[in-house]
Amino acid sequence: MAGLSLNQRAAVLSLLLLAVGLLVWELSIPAQKAATELTEYERLMGLGQERAGVPPPSQVMAKAWEQLSDPFYDAGPNDKGIGIQIGYSIYRVLTGYALAALIAIPLGFLIGMSPVAYKALNPFIQVLRPISPLAWMPLALFIIQDSEASAIFVIFICSIWPMLINTAFGVAGVRQDWVNVARTHELGPLRTAFTVILPAAAPTIVTGMRISIGIAWLVIVAAEMLVGGTGIGYYVWNEWNNLDLTSVIFSILMIGVVGMALDAAFGVLQRAVAYVE
Amino acid sequence: MTKPFLSVENLTQTYPDGQGGTLTVFENAGFGVEKGEFVVILGHSGCGKSTIMNILAGLAEPTSGVVKMDGYAVSGPSLDRGVVFQNYSLLPWLSTLKNVTFAVQARFPDWTRAQVTDHARKYLEMVGLSGDVIHRKPSQLSGGMRQRVSIARAFANHPKLLLLDEPFGALDALTRGTIQDELLKIWGGTEQTVFMITHDIDEAILLADRILLMTNGPYARVAESVEITIPRPRTRTGIIEHPNYYAIRNHLVQFLGTRSRELAGRQTDGAPATPETVRIDKTTDAEAADEAPVLRAVNH
Ligand SMILES: Nc1ncnc2c1ncn2[C@@H]1O[C@H](COP(=O)(O)OP(=O)(O)O)[C@@H](O)[C@H]1O
Ligand SMILES: [Mg+2]
Repeated sequence: MAGLSLNQRAAVLSLLLLAVGLLVWELSIPAQKAATELTEYERLMGLGQERAGVPPPSQVMAKAWEQLSDPFYDAGPNDKGIGIQIGYSIYRVLTGYALAALIAIPLGFLIGMSPVAYKALNPFIQVLRPISPLAWMPLALFIIQDSEASAIFVIFICSIWPMLINTAFGVAGVRQDWVNVARTHELGPLRTAFTVILPAAAPTIVTGMRISIGIAWLVIVAAEMLVGGTGIGYYVWNEWNNLDLTSVIFSILMIGVVGMALDAAFGVLQRAVAYVE
Repeated sequence: MTKPFLSVENLTQTYPDGQGGTLTVFENAGFGVEKGEFVVILGHSGCGKSTIMNILAGLAEPTSGVVKMDGYAVSGPSLDRGVVFQNYSLLPWLSTLKNVTFAVQARFPDWTRAQVTDHARKYLEMVGLSGDVIHRKPSQLSGGMRQRVSIARAFANHPKLLLLDEPFGALDALTRGTIQDELLKIWGGTEQTVFMITHDIDEAILLADRILLMTNGPYARVAESVEITIPRPRTRTGIIEHPNYYAIRNHLVQFLGTRSRELAGRQTDGAPATPETVRIDKTTDAEAADEAPVLRAVNH
């Protein structure tokens, strides 16, 4: 171990933990008894049937292999590949998220630049922000009359707050010195906004965007369970209704992996805009 | 009488003192700066030097009074008045070179990218920055290097008036010395009018054509304008040998040590206060120069 770097040692430890975890999981699932060993009572109670228990990891891995080797098959409304389902979810998340960013970032800029706008809008933000995004769902369904658009609206409404608040906070906190540099160089309001305030506030803004994408991905699963039809959230719920726990566990893992990838993308963006004072 | 290039007239600045009253930092202050002159303002911390400079830069509005440059009243910041801030104020997300091109672009919007870059490089080279260093971010530079960038940025823009607020205040003595020399060298090759704040007497004597002495606040005023009768080009070691050096230095030390306090807090009753000109020149009248200015100022 001595010759390995910190990262290498951490990777070895991670793999070890994974292996131990999987082993414990595998061993803790009791094997199904063979039918011949059943007592009369067990047979009468129907306990000899293939029971819907928690599947062992080996079974989940087999499922994952099967699903991931053909992720985009489409065999009717209730049987689509995992790739298609995740694609629907990502499409909804990115649409709602992009709409939210389109509004939150300019509005946040305005609020951050103007103490009056900040004071005027703050009460609305404070009331709207703590509302669970799913609480909007009935209202959205009623007003929009479309389940697809309602899901996107819910993503929109939950992603907007961290971006709005962080943008306003970042813009308001730009050092006066840098604003003075813009002023002494006679930059107009737009040039100042884009060449000084935006880069100065970018780390705070991107942090808000990163929080938002995380929340959006959490919410899409619940939203799709409600609106149904397509998406990874619907898939989980559907497999639960089919009592296919192997698929449920597999899709839970996929939700985690996609969430991690989205977060990592924003991590890259965050490093790109970071600066040291 | 013709107006000087920069004229500051009846400048008054008051702030709320936090207890419902007002704090008058300075009142009816007035002075002038000629084109091409290097003027240093010297005074204790808190007497209002930065406030004056921010008003000259157009970054702040005085409570009353006007600043005129080239005959026009200053209102708001302008590229004609370049500023070097004490904390450098470089944009930390831009490289050293970009920090300068940023300014050059603002000044010369019609230039091509290559022209802008060449110009920026030229001025960075003047302050001793070239090679890989100019692609580093300010956070990767030492304090002295950062202030050099800031000076290059200001000079590159050929402002009509260059304002420097304690530019070397945060630097160690050795670095300060080198950059002062560099500043003198760049300034020597231009017709640049400079207005600089400092609280370092030796720095003031080395750099200035004229030193404005400010009394302590509140009701601070620019009490004297001391000509530095030491010929240029000057060097740090050369000026010490000049007969006028110690006479001027003693006068300044004495002002900052005692008279700045004695003169503090006097209201002007609305009369415009212009600084008294003090000329100390031992090379012509050896005896009188030593005593006269001190007496004159006390009687004032
Ligand atoms: N925005 C402000 N509000 C209230 N008082 C201020 C403000 N800015 C400066 N002052 C006061 O004005 C005086 C002069 O400040 P300043 O110009 O920074 O002094 P100097 O640069 O000479 O050290 C100080 O007493 C300071 O407390
Ligand atoms: Mg100051």
